[in-house]
Amino acid sequence: MARITAGVTTSHVPAIGAAFDRGDDQSDYWAPLFAGYEWSKKWIAAERPDVIVLVYNDHATAFSLECIPTFAIGCADEFPVADEGFGPRPVPNVMGHSELACHIAQSLILDEFDMTIMNQMEVDHGLTVPLSLMFGRVDAWPVRVVPIAVNVVQYPPPTGERCFKLGQAIRRAVQSFDEDLNVQVWGTGGMSHQLQGPRAGLINQPFDQAFLEKMNTDPSSLRAITHLEYVREAGSEGIELVMWLIMRGALHANCQELHRFYHVPASNTAVGHLILESPQDDGS
Amino acid sequence: MVDNAEFDDIPGTTVFTAQRSHQGFHLNQFCMSLKNASNRERFKRDERTYLDEWPMTEAQKQAVLARDYNAMIALGGNIYFLAKIFATDGQSFQIAAASMTDMSVEDYAAMMLHGGRSPDGVRSKRDGN
Repeated sequence: MARITAGVTTSHVPAIGAAFDRGDDQSDYWAPLFAGYEWSKKWIAAERPDVIVLVYNDHATAFSLECIPTFAIGCADEFPVADEGFGPRPVPNVMGHSELACHIAQSLILDEFDMTIMNQMEVDHGLTVPLSLMFGRVDAWPVRVVPIAVNVVQYPPPTGERCFKLGQAIRRAVQSFDEDLNVQVWGTGGMSHQLQGPRAGLINQPFDQAFLEKMNTDPSSLRAITHLEYVREAGSEGIELVMWLIMRGALHANCQELHRFYHVPASNTAVGHLILESPQDDGS
Repeated sequence: MVDNAEFDDIPGTTVFTAQRSHQGFHLNQFCMSLKNASNRERFKRDERTYLDEWPMTEAQKQAVLARDYNAMIALGGNIYFLAKIFATDGQSFQIAAASMTDMSVEDYAAMMLHGGRSPDGVRSKRDGN
């Protein structure tokens, strides 16, 4: 049986990828950010997950406005790294796990989550920056990935409540896959940031710190945060935090927080990072 | 009827609704085309000619030529699509974001280094908080 052993959240700011790719990660500006992931890199090297169900959002890369799926799952064997307007990031292509992905897709749809299925998809910084932060520089990613893309570009994104329930359904799907796999679920994006308009640059540290704390101790209160509250308090792009709740819904009700990191700024954004260990008894 | 009026109460913020997506469809499709390196080259060579290949309004084209991101957003542009324009210009997201505020690039960068823009005073026009 496949097991969900841990959850990871992290922001996925494109400038982090750009700094990493040009070898600027030890500069005065960026070193404190990358330092927050040193423990995480050691931890994941020891954990050696087989598969990551990686929840992220596409940024006008795979999805134009011709078609806007709320939830999409990548079932391909391989996901090429996209050119987002400045050339593709110099990182390896992302290898999928089509058997597990197809199983999750079928399970989710029968569990009443109407997923869009992607048999071909390019992936952008939303997916590759978290991989770089957690694995560093590699010739090949040491893990397979099932991408779950969530629309947070066009309003409305799915609600936090809906996202949490999708996470619970992902848990049921993974646990019914008949192969012994060590699976992690990652929720990416956030934290507070606003990239547009005269209010650009908004950062709300008290909101972010409370969110980080409640991810483990009181996730039910986070499920109730409305879109209006996200935009008011965490900025128009802070609404990406709904994706963290998919990760949280996929974990055990009682997790142990192994690592927490918070840093301002990465370009326009507050960076938050959590690692939660999910116990293996059947609590949910 | 969907009512998004409560979002209009948040200062300096445009929420990208289905209506705005419809309004800005061709502007955003033009941006999407800049994912392709050869399209970026053609655009840089002659911006006006390239823009004329797209069924955008004249106001949208003028906003692109002027790199007026607030105007592009008001005309249906979405920031993640518009990012292809400043990526083509070799400009960072921080410089583009600063251009949408009333601050210089230097002042904006300094604000971010000091913890960013506080939400105090910019949560609600009605409540003034």
